[in-house]
Amino acid sequence: MSRLFVLAAALLLAGLPRAFAVAPKGDGRVHVAYWEKWVGFQAQAMQEVVDRFNRSQDRIFVEYFATSEVVRKTLVATAGGDPPDIAGLWTQNIAAYADAGALTPLDDFIRADGFTPEQWLERYYPAFARICTHAGKVYAGTSTPGVFAIHWNKTLFREAGLDPERPPRTLAELDEYQRKLTRRDPQTGEILQVGFLPEEPGWWTSIFYPWFGGSLFDGREITLGTDPRNLAAMKWVAKISQDIGIERLRRFKAGFGQQASSESAFFAGKVAIVIQGVYYNNYRRQYKPGMDLGIGPWPEIVPGIKDFAMVESDMLVIPRGAKHAKEAWEFIRYVNTSNPRAQRREELEGAELLCYLQEKNSPLRQWSPFFEQHHPHPYIAMFRELSSSPHAVSVPTMGMWQEYDRELVALFEKVRLLVATPEEAIDYAHRRMSGSWVRYRRSLERHGQMPATSATTPKPPAALSR
Amino acid sequence: MSPHERRNFFRGLGFTSLWIIGLGTFTAYPVVASLYYSFCDYSILKAPVWSGLENYQQLVSDDLFWKSLGNTLFYAALSVPIGTVIALALALLLNQPVRGRSVFRVIFYLPSIVPVIAATMLWTWMLNGQYGLVNAMLSPLLKPFGLTPPVWVYDPTWTKPALVLMSLWGTGNAMVIYLAGLQNVPKELYEAAEIDGASAWQRLRHVTLPMLAPVIYFNVTMATIGALQAFAQAWMMSAATGSEGADGSPARSTLFYTVYLFSTAFYNLKMGYASAMAYVLFIIIATLTYIGTRLSRDRVEGAQ
Repeated sequence: MSRLFVLAAALLLAGLPRAFAVAPKGDGRVHVAYWEKWVGFQAQAMQEVVDRFNRSQDRIFVEYFATSEVVRKTLVATAGGDPPDIAGLWTQNIAAYADAGALTPLDDFIRADGFTPEQWLERYYPAFARICTHAGKVYAGTSTPGVFAIHWNKTLFREAGLDPERPPRTLAELDEYQRKLTRRDPQTGEILQVGFLPEEPGWWTSIFYPWFGGSLFDGREITLGTDPRNLAAMKWVAKISQDIGIERLRRFKAGFGQQASSESAFFAGKVAIVIQGVYYNNYRRQYKPGMDLGIGPWPEIVPGIKDFAMVESDMLVIPRGAKHAKEAWEFIRYVNTSNPRAQRREELEGAELLCYLQEKNSPLRQWSPFFEQHHPHPYIAMFRELSSSPHAVSVPTMGMWQEYDRELVALFEKVRLLVATPEEAIDYAHRRMSGSWVRYRRSLERHGQMPATSATTPKPPAALSR
Repeated sequence: MSPHERRNFFRGLGFTSLWIIGLGTFTAYPVVASLYYSFCDYSILKAPVWSGLENYQQLVSDDLFWKSLGNTLFYAALSVPIGTVIALALALLLNQPVRGRSVFRVIFYLPSIVPVIAATMLWTWMLNGQYGLVNAMLSPLLKPFGLTPPVWVYDPTWTKPALVLMSLWGTGNAMVIYLAGLQNVPKELYEAAEIDGASAWQRLRHVTLPMLAPVIYFNVTMATIGALQAFAQAWMMSAATGSEGADGSPARSTLFYTVYLFSTAFYNLKMGYASAMAYVLFIIIATLTYIGTRLSRDRVEGAQ
């Protein structure tokens, strides 16, 4: 009797979670689990899109789950064979997860809808089309994109005697603005304000290389140490630390608050110019509502390239082993399409509805009249222009990028802290990553995969991997 | 086995089955599996492929492996002895018959129950180079000598000493164990030493410390293992002060062994390599523990 009791209890306990997980919802619809990183207003925006999709048909019901550490949880859940149907990752995860076979290619779904993958991708601005693909296949759709530009504090420009409506347009001008905007305590010499700091906010340390015209990966090899423009970029970073003085810079930086706060270096008026994304206007509204903010294109560094831009995106993927892949695709398709005839807010659909609510630009080429004319972001036209730029770059679509990027962060820190010369730091990182790349390719071969290069990927217009 | 004993045996198994299943599933299996993975090319998302000793061979030539090991040993070499001396000194002080002794004991113990994440955030602010309380106290002391206090967590030279300083805040646990040990030192030994004319230092040196040897051995061993596995404080401090995605910021000065291991496993997706790192750490800890046990065996056994 007692043995039976123990057995029954064990079976009950083992079975309960599964019973809850697969309990029929009773509405006859397929329930799609969607894990996303957002909370707050971004989550509310996506929830509205999810609700609109759920109301638009009666077969599929998407359930939005705000999930912290969504990338790692998706990784573990996929490895464990019980992933969500849709996961919200980032640009830099796509190639790595695709190489690992953790993502469901979307090409067959696209074809089943009557498109070729090329036709599907053609609807996006090229830079966004590129980040949806890896090794010749489409692995992701965008949710909301990030396009980056320089943001400046017009009040600090005025105080320094600069025209608040005219941002620096060249590297020489940026250096000149840096000098004019940098203020020191007359008694102690301590820094009170600087014009531009490469490490503020420190979120995309790899962007300096392509901005200087350099390349990090040519589709076959690591080119960090072989492209002299990369060295030029890091020399410029080092010079800023040298000009300010590293000890004083460290003390100055110690006083910076968190990015998502009114005490961030930019909002506190300690740094006058930063590189930030289209989302930054939301930060401004939340943390520094009265700030007189200017937004403009990147200063020209490579002669003739006046429309350099960086793009990335929050991405929607279907992890390998998802139970409702077809239904998940229907939602991703919805978020990656729009109503090009929308004249009123109520008529916005999919990508435009989400990007309108999150105050970002649409990654799609075609914008509806309402979205274009009534977008809440005052600089949205400029972000659209940068999105369409042939010189808009993103991270290389290489499976080893996450490791490479972390090495570049370490390189950047060594250079800006002057603990290594730019030559030493680049040489070290180049050798280390070249070795890792060889091992990465060997691992792919060992697992019976073709070495992943971007050679078969639809040709990007421009990228870190030129 | 009689029917009654057999029934009791199965009842016992029944009541402990959850624990047995839990231990087997969440501890025993991962331990054995990770040993296997350490000999494999394994990314967690793909099936492991046997690669023999490749991961271990690569570790030998991986300078970040050595750097992270060096950072960790540096931290352990400072935090363990300093923490031991401070915990023991506090225990000796709080063992004195002074008024409010219990209150002082609670006050000194309290920091050790603060979660490490909260403590790290707090200390990151205390050690802030511009607004921090520590530098506010140090500045007037150093000024007459023309010196300025360090920027601590933003200066690669000072990040590990900063982490050591943080670790000292949590010596309350060891202190309580020393206090318990002090209660077990026979009073007759102190009386005999006093009659022989021993000074306070001689009583400490020749009575207290030898009698506490087993407790010191236990605390030092646990502290060494804890220091070699230190993760959260270095990870949090790096996240709070470094660039996005920086391991061991600034400039890898706080790249501890476990930080590199975690990053290798979950960002670089090299789970096989990370498993090999985990086993190397296990061997290092086991070796150090063995050496410590051998070196202290005479004293520990003598006190028992």
